[in-house]
Amino acid sequence: MTKLQADRAAKNNLKENAAHAVFFLIALMSISAVILICGFLFYNGIPAIQKVGLWNFLSGNTWAPSDVPPKYGIHPMILGSIYITGAALFFGVPLGILAAVFMARFCPKKIYALAKPCVNLLAGIPSIVYGFFGMVSIVPLVRKVFGVNGSGILTAGILLGIMILPTIIGISESALRAVPNSYYEASLGLGASHERAVFFVELPAARSGILASVILGIGRAVGETMAVIMVAGNQARVPDNILQGVRSLTANIVLEMSYATDLHRGALIATGVVLFVFIMIINVIFSILLRRFK
Amino acid sequence: MKFDISAVDLYYGNFHAIKNISLGIAPQEITAFIGPSGCGKTTLLKTLNRMNDLIEGFSVKGEILLDGNDIYEDRDVNLLRKRVGMVFQKPNPFPMSIYDNIAFGPRTHGIKKKTLLDEIVERSLKQAAIWEEAKDRLKKSALSFSGGQQQRICIARTLAVEPEVLLMDEPTSALDPISTAAIEDLLIKLRDKYTIVIVTHNMQQAMRISDKTAFFMLGEMVEYGNTEKLFSKPKEKKTEEYITGRFG
Amino acid sequence: MKKTKPSDWILKILVYLSALITALVLLFIILYILVKGVPYLTPSLFALKYTSANVSMFPAIINTLITCVISLCIAVPFGIFTAVYLVEYAKSTNKFVGVIRLMTETLAGIPSIVYGLFGFLCFVSYFKWGYSVLAGACTLSIMVMPSIMRTTEEALLSTPESYREGAFGLGAGKLRTIFRIVLPAAAPGILSGVILAIGRIVGETAAIIYTSGTAPKLMHDVFSSARTLAVHMYALSTEGLHMRESYATAVVLLAMVAVINTVSTLLAKKLQGDM
Repeated sequence: MTKLQADRAAKNNLKENAAHAVFFLIALMSISAVILICGFLFYNGIPAIQKVGLWNFLSGNTWAPSDVPPKYGIHPMILGSIYITGAALFFGVPLGILAAVFMARFCPKKIYALAKPCVNLLAGIPSIVYGFFGMVSIVPLVRKVFGVNGSGILTAGILLGIMILPTIIGISESALRAVPNSYYEASLGLGASHERAVFFVELPAARSGILASVILGIGRAVGETMAVIMVAGNQARVPDNILQGVRSLTANIVLEMSYATDLHRGALIATGVVLFVFIMIINVIFSILLRRFK
Repeated sequence: MKFDISAVDLYYGNFHAIKNISLGIAPQEITAFIGPSGCGKTTLLKTLNRMNDLIEGFSVKGEILLDGNDIYEDRDVNLLRKRVGMVFQKPNPFPMSIYDNIAFGPRTHGIKKKTLLDEIVERSLKQAAIWEEAKDRLKKSALSFSGGQQQRICIARTLAVEPEVLLMDEPTSALDPISTAAIEDLLIKLRDKYTIVIVTHNMQQAMRISDKTAFFMLGEMVEYGNTEKLFSKPKEKKTEEYITGRFG
Repeated sequence: MKKTKPSDWILKILVYLSALITALVLLFIILYILVKGVPYLTPSLFALKYTSANVSMFPAIINTLITCVISLCIAVPFGIFTAVYLVEYAKSTNKFVGVIRLMTETLAGIPSIVYGLFGFLCFVSYFKWGYSVLAGACTLSIMVMPSIMRTTEEALLSTPESYREGAFGLGAGKLRTIFRIVLPAAAPGILSGVILAIGRIVGETAAIIYTSGTAPKLMHDVFSSARTLAVHMYALSTEGLHMRESYATAVVLLAMVAVINTVSTLLAKKLQGDM
């Protein structure tokens, strides 16, 4: 090897190694975002929880930041998030799974080419537009039918049910498509009809994927903010029935963040911490299921 | 000898792929590696320009000399691969125009002048006997050509960096008989300028084009010698059984 | 002809009914917004200057575009380079790869309000940028980075190994192989991911309401507060004084999302067609 070639080789090696280091560093910076987010949330939220007391914070039934002394109990908001999510699952899950069955096993090719982009569009509509739509159409409808204010668990549940549809349809559909064809053929061979084969053989075989879709749907419903604010009523109280208004954890943050100070602000950030922990638990369950599904 | 391979062992992790092989590869000749699937012939071929470096867990023992220099001591693996070019089993043109495919190599090695690049592209395509078919479509995607044409484009692409050695890993196994014949003719023409090592499953192909043949089985080199002799009077029983089609 | 059992009929009807309901819901939402909104798309809504009388959405549209560009300028390089590291550099035995995957999965699941809260605490308060376009864009860039990373990773993985072999075989180094061969081949897939990210940025409200703020005017510079179109719509619809304008804004948002979705789908199809 001549000296010139040796120089070139050394220069190339330097360049390649530098590139490797740069890529590694950027990857490192990308994931440090998670640590930053955790850090900022917990650092700003934990002191408030300590001051209020964890148990008082989580189980207190009164949220009254302007009372003297102020009360910071997020129990109503935790219940609010759970009720709204439950209602959303009630509307969204059966419809979504059946629609996924349609997409995967009943849909003619020509209609599929149209239906798939529609589901994607449903997923792409901004939540503010959903919220607005709920406010101007579902709220008056509920008001008319039940003779109540209109904003509440039922309304939010219907709207969120629609919003989690694309998530449930998309993942359930691919779970159904991943079921080996031989299952279907075997059950037809035993004299089962198309419907029976799909519902009693393929659907159970795809259950972990379908469950994963439901859990991801739960994540979306719990985390949804703007649409919920516009239709759920936002009263910080424990509701008696599904027509009453509630406030979700997410709504609590957005509604009061603009004017909150000191402990009030800390309590709102702590609400974010609780939400974050909720979502983390859901995520962990989701990724465990997904691993099993793969 | 162009290549001097002495006492070489190759491993994938714990798997012993090539066992203590020594042979010399002569310049301006075609050397064929034959043997049943999994015998290690492709592994040995890909070691000659260190393509195996890309595989996790691959390791080499022994010495491989190119013109007297150990290729594993030489730190510039890119320069090695420029000198020892490779044509793959499946045609793998890049998803870009023919011109850019051929010019990729020269550009990699620092040639930027348009007129010079034009010259190299034309010369390489002519050498690979694809100029007539390609000259009006140089700006077209290389993927729009047939499999046989694509493989000749890949050969031209390899020739464009002016290698000294051409390694060919079953270059015709994915092609039809007519394209195969075209590429065999091409290899015979290229023999005068290059050292060619070809891995093939096709016994007739080895007989037709190669000067020397090495027969491998289960990671060992069973026999190595003049092609004519190896096919007409094999020394080893295993070689005879293989070339007469008893197994493999 | 085999006789169909009644239970089969019920299942079949259920499936078709669900599909029909889903389709009708989508159709209803879109038609409702269009019918109520299109008549109010008046020129004054697109006036260059916002006043409380014309509530023009034009400044908000421009703010949205600028926010998009800044967010992507940050998120795209980070997303792509991280994916390149994962696919092209990290060895499969590397423990760090598992950590990155876990972290990006986590990031992808965090609700946008939590991003907003983080952006508020970090960029607005801690860095003292105040409500500003820059704070909003930084928040959004962290939010969309994981999805860009994931689509890039998928696109890189679907690029045939033979391209890399071919380039290495010609003596090209790793860097050249990645930038000249692999990334261009994966470009349509990456682009479709980037476009989906644009869709999320355009539609996002919760993450930027407390980072970008809600000033309705055209931004001065990146340190001034400015609302995007989605925030603009939130402000209009909750004030309750401008329902017509809210409908019209919803139409514009829907149209943007529809265009973005279509382009992304077409690009994804092109990628599949090439393979």
